[in-house]
Amino acid sequence: MTPRQRRWLFAIAAAGLVACYLWAFSGLPGFGNYPGPYGQAILNHAIAQTNATGVVSAINFEYRGFDTVGEEFILFTAAAGMSVVLRRLRGERQGGTPSAEDAANRQVPATSSAVRVVSLLLVGPTAVIGWWLATHAQANPSGGFQGGVILATAFFLVYLSGEFIVFRRLSPVALLDAAEAVGAGGFAAVGVTALAMSLPYLYNYLPLGTIPGAVSSSGTIALISFLVGIEVAAAFVLIIGELLEQTLLRREESS
Amino acid sequence: MQVFPFLVVAWIVAVGLYGLITSRDLIHQIVCLIVVQSSTYVLLLAVGYVTGGVAPYFFDISPHAKAVDPVVQALALTDVVVEAAVTALLLSFAIQAHKRFGTLDPHALAELKG
Repeated sequence: MTPRQRRWLFAIAAAGLVACYLWAFSGLPGFGNYPGPYGQAILNHAIAQTNATGVVSAINFEYRGFDTVGEEFILFTAAAGMSVVLRRLRGERQGGTPSAEDAANRQVPATSSAVRVVSLLLVGPTAVIGWWLATHAQANPSGGFQGGVILATAFFLVYLSGEFIVFRRLSPVALLDAAEAVGAGGFAAVGVTALAMSLPYLYNYLPLGTIPGAVSSSGTIALISFLVGIEVAAAFVLIIGELLEQTLLRREESS
Repeated sequence: MQVFPFLVVAWIVAVGLYGLITSRDLIHQIVCLIVVQSSTYVLLLAVGYVTGGVAPYFFDISPHAKAVDPVVQALALTDVVVEAAVTALLLSFAIQAHKRFGTLDPHALAELKG
């Protein structure tokens, strides 16, 4: 199919999409008049039931905790899938084609001192913020997903301020794999523990604390959020490391 | 003004789709896919908005304050994480495609594989 034909096909499909879109949106309640009863019901009961003032976290890790298990395993699978896809195949040779050689031989400017200093300065604060976010899901707009990504950023800043070797020494693959397994498996284990106590899967069986939103409140919500934080951080460090390794592999083989 | 957020959603989808169709580079296509997906954040948050509602966090305000729908916000959060993971996986496929065939042009890839 030529690009021209593709564009025509797209135009026809787009016209159909626009028609369906307009049709669908004409039936939506106006902006600001959302009538969904589920969200309101949760808003009315979440704080009394879970002692978590962050209702979004309460939904993610308790009311719809089952969905979040699945979501976490998407991340887990993606990280594992990346390792599999990017593994070194036997007999694999780099730079077989001209464009691949161009890419490998491209001059990469050395990291400037300014970047090194700034990223080194940011490592500490970033790690603290990530940790804080991962452990305060019950109170604020935070949680394991956000905190985990920011924790992973701290490791990436280490790479920016130094070398890949330092990055690898700080985050050895074996440790990352273990952390990922603990995070993902821990989430599922918290749920299964509830079954062992003859409660529903992912039931909030830990003491809820007395002050809504306190670090000690909300039972399993805080625990699961922390586990998710570990899993997300490990998965993203693994993903970043995997991609960096590819770059280095190419550079070193071409030299 | 009532339909404005939904028009924004439609615009983001359209821009991303156009990029997907016309792109000649796998990395660029992945970015376009991210653009298409980011429309869902706007859609979710726009659908769940309640006029005059606050964010559904009650740490320092009355638990009875009127708030926007928290379920769609939880969905948007899920969406972001899944997108990041899927993007990483797609990028690794692009790396492999480039290793194998020495090109990132999807048209050339189709020709090579037949």
